[in-house]
Amino acid sequence: MTGTEATLAEICVVACAEAWRGDGALVASPMGLIPTLGARLAQLTFEPDLLITDGEATLLAPAGISDDGGQQDDSQPSEGRVTEGWLPFRQVFTMLAAGRRHVMMGASQLDQFGNQNISCIGDWARPKAQLLGVRGAPGNTVNHPVSYWLPRHTRRVLVDQVDMVSGVGYDRAAGLGSRAARFHELRRVVTNLAVLDFGSHDHSMRLRSVHPGVTVSDVAEATGFLLAAPYQVPQTRLPTAAEMALIRDHLDPQSRRDQELA
Amino acid sequence: MTNEAVPAGNGQAGKVMTLAGVVGELRSGMTIGIGGWGSRRKPMALVRELAASALSDLTIVSYGGPDVGLLVAAGKVRRVVTGFVSLDSIPLEPHFRHARQRGAIELTELDEGMLHWGLLAAAHRLPFLPMRAGLGSDVLRVNPNLRKVRSPYADGEEFVAVPALTLDAAFVHMNQADARGNGQYLGPDPYFDDLYCLAAGRAYMSCERIVPTSELTKAGPLQSLLINRAMVAGVVETPNGAHFTSCAPDYDRDEAFQARYARSAASPQAWEDFRAAFLSDGEAGYQAAVARFSSGAVDPAGAAEARA
Repeated sequence: MTGTEATLAEICVVACAEAWRGDGALVASPMGLIPTLGARLAQLTFEPDLLITDGEATLLAPAGISDDGGQQDDSQPSEGRVTEGWLPFRQVFTMLAAGRRHVMMGASQLDQFGNQNISCIGDWARPKAQLLGVRGAPGNTVNHPVSYWLPRHTRRVLVDQVDMVSGVGYDRAAGLGSRAARFHELRRVVTNLAVLDFGSHDHSMRLRSVHPGVTVSDVAEATGFLLAAPYQVPQTRLPTAAEMALIRDHLDPQSRRDQELA
Repeated sequence: MTNEAVPAGNGQAGKVMTLAGVVGELRSGMTIGIGGWGSRRKPMALVRELAASALSDLTIVSYGGPDVGLLVAAGKVRRVVTGFVSLDSIPLEPHFRHARQRGAIELTELDEGMLHWGLLAAAHRLPFLPMRAGLGSDVLRVNPNLRKVRSPYADGEEFVAVPALTLDAAFVHMNQADARGNGQYLGPDPYFDDLYCLAAGRAYMSCERIVPTSELTKAGPLQSLLINRAMVAGVVETPNGAHFTSCAPDYDRDEAFQARYARSAASPQAWEDFRAAFLSDGEAGYQAAVARFSSGAVDPAGAAEARA
């Protein structure tokens, strides 16, 4: 990777990283490569207290972190990572229920209020397409912050109504009452076109920024519901030179990130 | 296997069984829990024996992987109780997928954490445990028997009452065990194998090797002794018995063979070819066929399918 311009994948990595800004010592659970690179980038830069696993049960910290928690050398982290803890699935479930986690999931379908489907397409009783199953989405969404990563922003994914509510959206959460819904928070949605959130007064999905070269009407065209947008939609922030170097030389030297957008 | 003399005066007979002996204790219509997670440390030798048996109409409780797929493909399953069925590196389990899309099996679809809670309730002999997971989601719509429960304390909060997932039998796979039923995992994650055992009327543990009890703590820390002998009815030594799922540190997932398995869902003929090539001659026959597959020897069924 020699170009100086940030690629779409790199812009998406940074947009995913931004989802965890301000989280502190929470378990970041990214699903997919670009969210994983984003979480690790956040951990290496502006959110050093994040906890991240190797995809199984080992918590890994950047090797550049010194024993007293300070950054030994913030110019360049060393190659390796150091084991800092153990997080088997049973402990993930406990951390989840304790609210000490922020997951970025995928979605086969996502609606205006953030109801997510990863279970199946069509009638649940005999689906047209059986997908993963609800996995941990129901519990995640009522217990701790959740964000979404959608590598293909289309009307097939951003739909008027999802076929099976796996992850709970704002309208469903409101129906539970304020007490039961008090841990529900959908933080942001990062797609290959834009960054969105649920900051509208009614918590419907709102356009927050568009990636370079993407117009607001491109996003509206690719979205299956009416999208709230401010009068002026800013451009998604570009990676800094330091972030680009970390992504290219340290986190993903093989450029596997581009395949997730292919 | 390694023989170990039971200490004099102990009176506790060994629990070593054969695969056929385990499956011989089961009946059609039973609810069977299977340990591991996805395509990781699954008791596949026991699953293969079950798939080859005459049993049918089973309810399978599992963090589902190829255990579910294989039993569904073999026509053994009436209902699956799960939060997902996945081969990990191949996200969607193809046999489970086809069966769902054909309407060939029933499904109790739960949040992953609800499955944990249901096993814990069963292990504790409680009818249910309260949980936040499920509220607001369609898990409640597709499981109309799920009930809610209100906190009797001042908060008055409402929760899902996750019912106990009581099992007739459970299968788990460990790296090592002794002949008396003490089991040890040496990989990164215990999954929920101890809970499956305690949720079950009878639990059966397969393992890579049976060793003298004194060897267990030489291989790993005290905390790796996940299963104790009060939890299990039988122990079966099945080297490579989690194949093709991972069984770290003994072996990783066999990705080439898993891909071969996944292709067996392409058509009824592809499944029949796979079954004939790998599942028609017992566990020893399976391991021999896998060895031939891995050495690059011709897999007639696979080759025919590749041409098709």
